Amino acid sequence: MDVAEVMVPPRTWRADLRAIKIVWQRDVIRFWRDRPRIIASALQPMLYLFVFGTGMGAGMRPTGALDLRVFLYPGVMAMATLFTCFFSAGSIVWDREFGFMREMLVAPVRRGSIMIGKALGGATAGMTQGVIVLAIGPLVGVPFSPVLILTLLVELMILSFAITCIGVLVAVRIKSFQAFMALVQIIIMPMFFLSGALFPFRNLPTWLEVATHLDPLTYAVDPMRRAVLAHIDGSELLSLHWGSWQVPTILELAIVLGTGILALAIAAREFGRSE
Amino acid sequence: MAPAVSVRDLKKSYGELEAVRGIDLEVEPGEIFGFLGPNGAGKSTTIKILCTLARPTGGSARVAGHDVVTERDEVRRHIGLVFQDTTLDDYLTAEQNLKFHAELYGIPARMVAPRLQQVMELVALWDRRASLVQTFSGGMKRRLEIARGLMHSPRVLFLDEPTVGLDPQTRSSIWSYIRELRQREQITIFLTTHYMDEAEYCDRIAIIDAGKIVALGTPDDLKAKVGKDRIQLTTADDAAATAALAAKFGLEAARRDGQLTIAVEHGEQFVPRLFAELGVAIKSIAVARPSLDDVFLAYTGSTIRDAEATAAEQAGMGKVAALRRRG
Repeated sequence: MDVAEVMVPPRTWRADLRAIKIVWQRDVIRFWRDRPRIIASALQPMLYLFVFGTGMGAGMRPTGALDLRVFLYPGVMAMATLFTCFFSAGSIVWDREFGFMREMLVAPVRRGSIMIGKALGGATAGMTQGVIVLAIGPLVGVPFSPVLILTLLVELMILSFAITCIGVLVAVRIKSFQAFMALVQIIIMPMFFLSGALFPFRNLPTWLEVATHLDPLTYAVDPMRRAVLAHIDGSELLSLHWGSWQVPTILELAIVLGTGILALAIAAREFGRSE
Repeated sequence: MAPAVSVRDLKKSYGELEAVRGIDLEVEPGEIFGFLGPNGAGKSTTIKILCTLARPTGGSARVAGHDVVTERDEVRRHIGLVFQDTTLDDYLTAEQNLKFHAELYGIPARMVAPRLQQVMELVALWDRRASLVQTFSGGMKRRLEIARGLMHSPRVLFLDEPTVGLDPQTRSSIWSYIRELRQREQITIFLTTHYMDEAEYCDRIAIIDAGKIVALGTPDDLKAKVGKDRIQLTTADDAAATAALAAKFGLEAARRDGQLTIAVEHGEQFVPRLFAELGVAIKSIAVARPSLDDVFLAYTGSTIRDAEATAAEQAGMGKVAALRRRG
């Protein structure tokens, strides 16, 4: 039998692109195989939207004339993404614990490429989970239009990527999956509660207002809410202001993306140092 | 042709612990080279350095003609690795694991399919290519890892304890793959083991103890240096045979349990002379070579099992000391 001799070509940017793609693809395959997880992750947002949203909205009307469920919808979409992205980023810890990380570490590719692939993989998973929530919009009375769907998709994409990058940064130096999950709980809940996903930015005490403005998730929830409420009267009162200045959507998204890229850059540097 | 592996005065310390204390060795292309020693002797540390996973604290090493520190990527392109612990993704199929590797190493797309089939056939897993790795036994996983390590046609394949934790039958099948591999591909195999019987399969072995190479050579050379072969024989008349051995060959025979034992060099070549010239009827005869266990004992002063027990003890004591310091 002939030997199919393979020559590994020298490293080029194209080789790094291939590495990014295959790291991403592996995470997507694994996410897709784990369908029980996809369904379980979709349950929590539904509870917030239908049970919490309907019950709370019926008694208290914290958002005035606006249906509370419509108000919650963007926040819940962000929540679904948030949890999935962090969980996906945890695969780095998982890979290290079960040895697969070594297979990637000894390959002749930049470690940054592995990180980017991981971030894109988690972003895809988070995006999928967000889209599930997106799809149930009509059930809670969100006025769907092609422009709205497209806007939300783009914003979800930026959000998923940025959140996964933050998750990757958390995961990169942690050795055990239990420790990672514990840490994620500490990070994820404040991020979610401070993001304005559950309440409008009105009449907040100063400490809380400052805290919400420091939460990167705030700048992802707000643009999505603006898109949803664009055609509903009085909605601009609900959106984010710095003092009296309404923060432009494009700046909000830039803050989200910038935070993500910064986190990924730090993560890649840290990852390069390990072992 | 440049040596496949060339190591000069290699050193590695972790803090005060000197894991590798000045190693020199050269491995020729096409060799099966065995690194033999107890756990904790510095085998894995040396392999980690050669694979660019750890930096040496002194000396230098070149693998496939490239320096492991300054030409890390070049080294990585030319080596295959199989570690002690599995590094497969259990949730992917065998084929997906290999494809992942192919992409990561940038193997030209048109080469991937034929090469994949070839390496999987070599380890007899082609039929199971579509199965999830989590359904594989320990031996199958190890074979798959060997196949994966070969995907990119490495010049040097590093196998760190390739058969540890496997049953004897699987171990011997892994070895038949390794030997077949050498015939098929132009490849150098560098492996570590602490099984003496496996070291016998290697062209050359280095015995490492406490971070230093204490012996280097072919298994036969090393054994010859340690001592002569032993011939045990039973004869029709032991007294006459003893006298004849002394008179005709100048050999002193030890008599025990109705058997005579003599020590000679090249035992097999001596046996025909014995039959022809002894003059006493020989009933049975057995030639025993010194084992690698004897070699290890001669060079390190302890059996490999004892050496491991000591290393484990020291590691345990180290932990206690560390706890005390922390407390």
